[in-house]
Amino acid sequence: MEEKMGKAPNSEYILEAVDLCKYFKAGRKQYVKAVDHVNIRMRHGETLGLVGESGCGKTTTGRTMIRLYEPTSGKILFEGQDISKLKGKELLHFKKNVQIIFQDPYASLDPRMTIGEIISEGMDVHMKLSEEEKEKRVNDLLRKVGLNTEYANRFAHELSGGQRQRIGIARALAVEPKFIVCDEPISALDVSIQAQVVNLLMKLQREMGLTYLFISHDLSMIQHISDRVGVMYLGSIVELAPEKTIYSASKHPYTQALISAIPVADPEADTEKDRIKLEGEVPSPLNPPSGCKFRTRCRYATERCAAEAPVLREVEPDHFVACHLCE
Amino acid sequence: MTAENKRNEAMMPDIPDEKFTIIGIDENAGEVLARKRISYWQDAWRRFRENKIALVAAVILIVMIFFIIFGPMISGYEFEEIDNTAINQGPSAKHWFGTDNLGRDLFARVWQAGRVSLIIGLVGAFVASIVGSIYGGIAAYFGGVVDDIMMRIVEILLSVPYLLIVILISVITDSKSLGTMLVALTLTGWCGIARIVRGQMLQLKSQEFVLAANALGVSPIRIILKHMIPNTMSLIIVAITFDIPGYIFSEAFLSYVGLGIQAPQTSWGALCAAAQQNFMFYPYQLLFPGIMIALTMLSFTLLGDGLRDALDPKQRK
Repeated sequence: MEEKMGKAPNSEYILEAVDLCKYFKAGRKQYVKAVDHVNIRMRHGETLGLVGESGCGKTTTGRTMIRLYEPTSGKILFEGQDISKLKGKELLHFKKNVQIIFQDPYASLDPRMTIGEIISEGMDVHMKLSEEEKEKRVNDLLRKVGLNTEYANRFAHELSGGQRQRIGIARALAVEPKFIVCDEPISALDVSIQAQVVNLLMKLQREMGLTYLFISHDLSMIQHISDRVGVMYLGSIVELAPEKTIYSASKHPYTQALISAIPVADPEADTEKDRIKLEGEVPSPLNPPSGCKFRTRCRYATERCAAEAPVLREVEPDHFVACHLCE
Repeated sequence: MTAENKRNEAMMPDIPDEKFTIIGIDENAGEVLARKRISYWQDAWRRFRENKIALVAAVILIVMIFFIIFGPMISGYEFEEIDNTAINQGPSAKHWFGTDNLGRDLFARVWQAGRVSLIIGLVGAFVASIVGSIYGGIAAYFGGVVDDIMMRIVEILLSVPYLLIVILISVITDSKSLGTMLVALTLTGWCGIARIVRGQMLQLKSQEFVLAANALGVSPIRIILKHMIPNTMSLIIVAITFDIPGYIFSEAFLSYVGLGIQAPQTSWGALCAAAQQNFMFYPYQLLFPGIMIALTMLSFTLLGDGLRDALDPKQRK
């Protein structure tokens, strides 16, 4: 760490997770491996969708990547520099560059603060602004996310879910981040509002050159917004590829099952569709199966799958799969 | 140009371009906010006012506090003034609440007693909530082993009957003054609030708005000051209002059994205890302090109820 943050030579990737692990203690000598040796490389200006079932570690991955949780092991590189051990001022500088938008627009805004105070909270930490400058910036941000500047003096409970989510976005944008984790930002919203918020996020990305890690379990929405898609299962990435490849030429049996589960609006086409049904439940993360974690529900599972855990490898350019079948 | 557009154009009469002018848009015209902007406390007051029962309770308390402060002066008698010519007289124009077995004016005595009871109630609840909030806050903030140990201590303290502590303390210090009683009552009294505050803080700690502040790089001290404490404040205020009647009653009970305030000082409980001996002949001597205890406790409880609803912004209709 000889060079100061910010002066770093721009690396090809904005944020990289290298063998990132986050284990939570669950009783004596028992650990939940919420994130287990995850490798993700985020390119400048792209949107990477992260999908998976509930409890597969999507949110933990996102939160660990921006140091909201301390990683158990592994490295996080921001513009080529390891930030996983940063403290104090340097950590603060990193936090200015990465932000997060939360799922629940009702829990993510302090009920005791006005909208103006919520949005300017980050500015108080990272920018030394006068009251007028602050007010001007708050108004700019409100306009940017499509809200009336009048709202600056209101409280969160006076707003609807979609409006609150816009406030959450404005709060994240206030510190001019380069990278934003969108942690299921639309799943708590009404369908008609979902489209508005997603379009707003895409517009902001174009205007400000943001990079998104977009976490969701809505496969259609991920397809709409993402450049690349990562599929997670029980704390590990099983497949990572450009959006088109994932949706038309996926290689991992789990991804194939997920894609086949996307409902089709046409009832005739829907019944004709060959749906892969997964048997059984997701195994407990406290006691994951040996070898490949997906083998208990995989119809192609062999003895090798139980003995040896597959690693994520590039099977074709830019297409990563963790499966023994794809070698 | 698509076919649809062409069709639309064909249907339109020719309007020259000059007839169109750009009038611009007023950015606030889209949504006009009907409700006037009000602060959190204004909003709480508005909701509190709608609760008539709580409002009546507040008025009763204000009136009582007025009499507790000025009552002894209004009566024209000293509360310790013994008058052998006027023993056990019923309520009259001269002695509004009558006199006791030593000829002391009960009106003056009831309000003098109220001072003691109210001081114990207010000071006890305040001391307990300050100690309790700090203790609970520390336990929740550090969590883990610290939290475990601190909360076990609370549980042990709560399991000791407070009567035992009061007796022990009055024996050890060899006094039965107001101060001794306050110490005895608050010694375990803060445990309840410590638990409430800890619970709330633990819940807040995992709330997404605290995580968001964390992601923004807000320092822990600022998070506590700006997020945790304001969001716990209403809970503490409500806990205080519910605690006050508890202290008043404890004091009354202790004085009634003879462990509390000693003569010539008096409190509502002590007045009741003194009146109880002659209850069959002079029921008014028990009636007035009894009503005061009941009225204060009821009013504080109803006030607390109203405050709880008023201070919760989510209850807003």
